[in-house]
Amino acid sequence: MKKIAKPVTNPYFAGSILGVVLFSAYALTHSGLGASGAISRIHVALTKLLWQSHVDVISTFAVMGAGDTNPLDHASVFLLIGTFVGGMISAWFNGRLKVEILKGPRISNSMRLIFALAGGVIMGYGARFARGCTSGQALSGGAVLSLGSWAFMFSVFIGGYAVAYFVRRLWAESN
Amino acid sequence: MLPIDVIAVLGKFGGYAVFVLIGIGFGVSLELAGFGDSRRLAAQFYLKDMTVLKTMFTAIVVAALLIFLSAAVGILDFTQISVTQTFLWPGIIGGLIMGVGFIVGGYCPGTSLVSVASFKIDGLFFLIGTILGAGFFGESLPAFEDFWNSSFTDRYLVSDWLGWSIGATLFAVTLMALVMFYGAEKVEEFFRTKGTGKVWSWKITRRSYLYGAAALVFTASLVWFIGQPDPVRKWSLMEAKYEGQLTSRDVFIHPLEYVKTYNESTIKLITLDLRSGDEFRTFHLDGSENTKLDDLLVPEYVAPFSHLPVNGVVILIADNDSVSVQAWKYLKVQGVNNVYILENGLHDWNTLFADKTISGKPFNLASPPSEVLGLFPKDAFVPKIKIDSKKRSGGLCS
Repeated sequence: MKKIAKPVTNPYFAGSILGVVLFSAYALTHSGLGASGAISRIHVALTKLLWQSHVDVISTFAVMGAGDTNPLDHASVFLLIGTFVGGMISAWFNGRLKVEILKGPRISNSMRLIFALAGGVIMGYGARFARGCTSGQALSGGAVLSLGSWAFMFSVFIGGYAVAYFVRRLWAESN
Repeated sequence: MLPIDVIAVLGKFGGYAVFVLIGIGFGVSLELAGFGDSRRLAAQFYLKDMTVLKTMFTAIVVAALLIFLSAAVGILDFTQISVTQTFLWPGIIGGLIMGVGFIVGGYCPGTSLVSVASFKIDGLFFLIGTILGAGFFGESLPAFEDFWNSSFTDRYLVSDWLGWSIGATLFAVTLMALVMFYGAEKVEEFFRTKGTGKVWSWKITRRSYLYGAAALVFTASLVWFIGQPDPVRKWSLMEAKYEGQLTSRDVFIHPLEYVKTYNESTIKLITLDLRSGDEFRTFHLDGSENTKLDDLLVPEYVAPFSHLPVNGVVILIADNDSVSVQAWKYLKVQGVNNVYILENGLHDWNTLFADKTISGKPFNLASPPSEVLGLFPKDAFVPKIKIDSKKRSGGLCS
């Protein structure tokens, strides 16, 4: 018998919890939430294993891992570990812990994975470009009324809506 | 007084443990909202399911109200909160790129993490993609580094841009969010097709929504009504934290330390001279700025000093202690980090250097060279200036 996944929580309720978490992050650590910085650090750590001299010459990598600096010795990495653990705990409690590929019904699994990878590359690139991801820039910066974060937030939505029509097959319902 | 710095208080490992706990809260709330599912996130862009917008703006409004309410009643010092620096155009371009990645891949970095944590393979591919993408960015940056560092303003708030108070801005943001929520509900009703719009686990009545909205509006009005504390009120709130530095005279520096700092090329020195205009015109130190005490209550005037780089030091000069101490308090509560007072102003200046010469020649009293220090015994003064070399990063994304 397959475990039935529980329906998701009311978005306003989930959003309120997220707001309280964000406030505690600011109150306890001076800064908000984020994920992309830590992802970048993982990249630098991996590159470092293979090619230290390259890390030393690329400016954005060197900041995190030049010489003996351990790129993973940073608070953001621990926040990322927590995010992962928290996601797993909640998924487990709500019966959503399941190996699967989530996709629109009209594309194949391999297509979905190719597009997921491609989307990830674009996202990872953009997140460094914008100096932050959706959670770090939009959410955290938005809550402290940072003008740049609000401009950023609207451009993410604009970028998404502008392209959504052209990739509608990825997500379209089956007829 | 908040914010506290957990790493400073609990040490590195205790601090990191707190970060893990906050991360867990973050992961749980993203997962609860259903953000581990790319279909739900993507549906936002087809107007079928506005969960992303609703959750995000609720979180922003709730967090903002808590932050600025705490600041208004004096339990949180907003100047110590790190606000992501604004690089306007790189942020906008990066945002557009991310929007494309979002709809093509179905996640953003944080949500892909939650997706991987619940064993979703597409989330894993996306996450691997973001790691690669971060790498590609670093490799390609030299081609457009100037643009990437352009249109920079440190700590620039929506309220500064509008020229409104924080309270009024927050009130407007709250109202805007509520209007957007109402719109989102209507849009969803219109576009929702079967399969995407499942029933919420929490069935909330229309009345509860109204109560929720009323609570937000009430809190926003309260924040607006109380107002953010001005420097005078802030000092009364924060006296306990800083008074010790004044009574121990740790912030009063000897004229020779001024000379040393003035000649230190690694320090960006700002000297504010609070004496009268006449006295200033008669004699003042090179590079110093004539300032009135009241100027230090003007946020626009003080902003450059609180945005100084880590190696920035502000030194105050006045005729008497009461003026310089008052100025010190004003600057301190507005988030200026390294502020010091020249002990006894310029009263000792001329007598101290009166008959001193360098290789037989007198030197310019307004800008004594570092050689002057050699004319005095090494223990002529106790150095007080400590540069807090740790620059707080603007958020965890960078």
